[in-house]
Amino acid sequence: MQSVAKESTSKKISKLLMDNVIILGIFILAVVVSILRPNFLGESNIRNLLGNTAIRFIIAVGVSGCLITKGTDLSAGRVAGFAACMAAIMLQRSDYVNRMIPGLPELPVFVVLLVVLAVCAVIGAINGSVVAFFKVPPFIATLGMQTLVYGIALVSTGAQPIGSLRREFTTLATGYIGNPIVSYIALIALAVGTFMWVLYNKMRHGKYMYAIGGNEAAAEVAGINVNRTKVRIYTLAAMLYGLCGFLLAAKSGGASVNTAMGYELEAIAGCTIGGVSVNGGVGKVSGILIGVLVFEVLKIAMQFMGLKSDYTYIVQGLVIIIAVALDLRKYLAKK
Amino acid sequence: MSEYRLEMHGVSKSFPGVKALDNVSLKLRPGTVHALMGENGAGKSTLMKCMFGIYKMDEGQIFYEGQKVTINNPLHALNLGIAMVHQELQPITERSVAENIYVGRYPMKKLLGFLPVVDHDTMNKQTEELLEKVHMPFNPRHKLGSLSVSQMQLVEIAKAVSADCKVLILDEPTSSLSQREVEALFDIINTLKAEGVSIVYISHKMDEILRISDEVTIMRDGKYIGTWDAKDLTTDKIITQMVGRELTNLYPPRTNTPGEVIFEVDNFTSINPRSFRHVSFNIRKGEILGVAGLVGAQRTELMEGIFGVRSKTEGVVYYQGKPLKISRPRDAIQRSIAMLTEDRRATGIFGILPVSDNVSVASLDRYLEAGLFLNERKIEELVKENVAKLSIKTPSTKTPISSLSGGNQQKVLISRWLANDPDILILDEPTRGIDVGAKYEIYTIIASLAAQGKSIIMISSELPELIGMSDRILVMCDGRKTGEIDGEEATQENIMALATQFEQ
Repeated sequence: MQSVAKESTSKKISKLLMDNVIILGIFILAVVVSILRPNFLGESNIRNLLGNTAIRFIIAVGVSGCLITKGTDLSAGRVAGFAACMAAIMLQRSDYVNRMIPGLPELPVFVVLLVVLAVCAVIGAINGSVVAFFKVPPFIATLGMQTLVYGIALVSTGAQPIGSLRREFTTLATGYIGNPIVSYIALIALAVGTFMWVLYNKMRHGKYMYAIGGNEAAAEVAGINVNRTKVRIYTLAAMLYGLCGFLLAAKSGGASVNTAMGYELEAIAGCTIGGVSVNGGVGKVSGILIGVLVFEVLKIAMQFMGLKSDYTYIVQGLVIIIAVALDLRKYLAKK
Repeated sequence: MSEYRLEMHGVSKSFPGVKALDNVSLKLRPGTVHALMGENGAGKSTLMKCMFGIYKMDEGQIFYEGQKVTINNPLHALNLGIAMVHQELQPITERSVAENIYVGRYPMKKLLGFLPVVDHDTMNKQTEELLEKVHMPFNPRHKLGSLSVSQMQLVEIAKAVSADCKVLILDEPTSSLSQREVEALFDIINTLKAEGVSIVYISHKMDEILRISDEVTIMRDGKYIGTWDAKDLTTDKIITQMVGRELTNLYPPRTNTPGEVIFEVDNFTSINPRSFRHVSFNIRKGEILGVAGLVGAQRTELMEGIFGVRSKTEGVVYYQGKPLKISRPRDAIQRSIAMLTEDRRATGIFGILPVSDNVSVASLDRYLEAGLFLNERKIEELVKENVAKLSIKTPSTKTPISSLSGGNQQKVLISRWLANDPDILILDEPTRGIDVGAKYEIYTIIASLAAQGKSIIMISSELPELIGMSDRILVMCDGRKTGEIDGEEATQENIMALATQFEQ
C-alpha cells in the first residue's frame, strides 16, 4: 500500500517537472547567468525586466482568452503598434514644429487613452465577429487583420516615427511610487492582472470562456451564447493590446509602425509556457504571468551572455515550438 | 475446398463495460445474399468491422476459402477480396467521382518515360465502364459533391464492386435510396450473385430482406440467435427472434399521474427532406413519453429541432397553449425546456472542467450578484446538493468530470439541467453506455422527476426500457411518426411493427 502511494508521489513529482520543464530550464539558466554575471540581479536589470514583463503581460493576458477558446490572435502586435502610433500622434508636444496634426489642442492623457481603447475595441469586435459569425479560422482572420492594421498604421503615420511626446504622458512610464521597482507600469499591469483574474474566475464570462474552450458544441447546447462570448473575448483582447501599445509609446517616448513588432508571438509563447493549452479550456492568469516573466528572463539572460540579438530570435522561435509541442504531448498522453 | 466462402467462428469482442459480441458465428456461401439482422446495438456492425479488420476480435477465428486467416486491417481485407460499404459514407465531395472510386489505388503512368503520374484518362475510362456496368449514368469527371446523397451511396457501392471482391458487405445500403435506386441496387446484387460473390446484407427493412436474401442470420444483444433460409421466414417470425429476449432489467415503481397537456409539437418538419417531417405530438404534465425507432428514424434530429440545435422549415411548439419561438438552445432553456443529448462526450460534458462547473454552467444566470459576480457559495451549495441528491460518486466537486464513470457523468449532466428547474426534460438515450446498476439509478431519477410533475420525453433504442418506463410511446420510422402506443399495451412486437413501417 505504502509503496503504491510512494510510487504515485514520485510519479506526480516527475509529471510536475515534465509539465514545467521549460520554466525549470530557464530558471536554471537564470541561476547560471546570475553566478557568471552578478549584475544580472542588479537593481537596474530587475527594473528593466519587470517593466518589459509588465508590458508583455498585458498583451499576453489579452491573447489568452482567444487561446483558451481554441482560437488565436495574430493581430495583437500590430494592434498594439497602431495604438502606440495613435497615442503618440495625439500626445505630441504642442510646441513641436513637426507635429503630425499641427492644430490639435492638448488633449488630456486620459481622453487619448479612451480614444485609443475605443478604436482597438472596434478592431477586436471585427476580429471576433469574423471568427464567430463567419466561422473564419481565427488564424486566418487575425492574420488578415494583422496586415490590414499595419497598412492603416503606415498610411496614418506616413511611415514616419513620431517623437517629442508630452512629459505628462512619458512620466506614466518613468514614474514610480517609493521604490523604482514599483513603477506605474508594473502597477497598471497588476491592476489588469487582478481584473482578468476576477473576470476569469468570479464572473460568468470566464466560466463561459472555459466551457467553450472545453467543448464548444456542448456549450451551445448548455445555452451559452457562444458567438457573443467570442466577440467579447476578441474585443477585450484588442483593448488590452491598445493599452499595451499606449504604455509602450510612453515608455519609449515615441512610436513607429514597427513598435511592438512580433509581440503576438511572444505573447502566445508566454501563455503557452505558462500553461495555457492551445487545445483550449485551460489557462490561468497567474500561469500567464509566470510564462511571460520566464520568457523575458530568457531574453535578458541571452543578452547578458553576450549573444547577438539576431541569435536570440532563433532561440525564441525554438522555445515557442517546444512549448507548444510539450503542451500537445500532455494532451496526447491523456487520450 | 470448403462449401463456404467465409466462416466466422466463436467471435467475441468487448468494449469497456460492454460485451458487444459474445461467441457469434457466421457462414457465407458463394453466390448468395446473407442477411444479417438484429435491433440497434445487436452487434451487426461490430461483427462486420471484425471481418473487415477495423476491430480486432478478442476471441474467434475466421476461415476464408477454407484457410484460417487473421485480418489485421481493412487493406488486408481488401487484398483478400472482402469489400465493405459503410453505413456512414466517407465521401471526398470536392474531388471527382472517378477519384473517389480509385482513391489510394490510382492507375499510374510514366510521364516522359520516368515521372510517375496519375493516369487520369485511364481512370476516367475505367470509371465510365464501371458505372455503365452498374447502370449509373454519372460523369466520372464531375465532383462527387454535385451528386445527391443517394447517388453518392451508389458510387460507394460501385467502388466496392470495382475492387473485384469475393465478399461484399453492405451495411444499410438503402437507408438513403429512393425506390427506383433500390431496384437498381438489387439488379447489381443479382449480377454479383450470379458471378459468385458472397454478399452480406444488413438492413432493417423486412420486405427487402425477404425479397433479396437467401439466408438470414439474426443477432440479439451481441449473441448469435440462429440462421434460417429466407424462404422459411416471415416478418413476424423475424421480429419475434430479434426482440425475443427475457426481461432481466427491473424498473422502479412509478407514482406519477399525467395531468393536463402542457407541451405540444405541431407539424415539425426539418430543413433536410430526408430528416423528420410533419411530426406532431403532445405531452402531459408529469408524463413520461417514450420515443422509439430504429437507427435513422430521425428521433434525435426531431428533438434537436425542437431544442433549437437544428433548423426546421415548418412547425410550431406550444407551451401551455402559447407558441414558443426557439431558434437556439438558449431560447429553449429560458422557456423551461432541457435536453440531455445522445452523445455525452461530443455535446454533453466539458471533459477537462471540474464536476462543479459541469453542474452549474447552464444556470449561472441564477447565481449572479449585482448582475456581475457569481455567488460561489451558492453555486457550491447547488453542486453539493445535487451530488448528494443524485448520489454522484466523485472524489470531490473539483474532480474533472472525465475521470468519472459513464453513469456518474450522466448524473452530473442530469443535475446540470435540474439546476434550471425545467418543466420539460428531453432525455436522448439516457442509459446508453452505462452499467446495469447505474441504469437503475437513472430510471429511479426519471420516475421521481415525473412524480414531481415534470414532463419527460425519453428517446431510447432499448425496447424493454421504453416499455418499462413510459406512460405512452411515440414510434417513428424514417423521419415520420408512425404511431403512438399506450404504455400499458406496448409490446416489443407492436413497437417494432410501427418502427419498420417504411413508406412504399
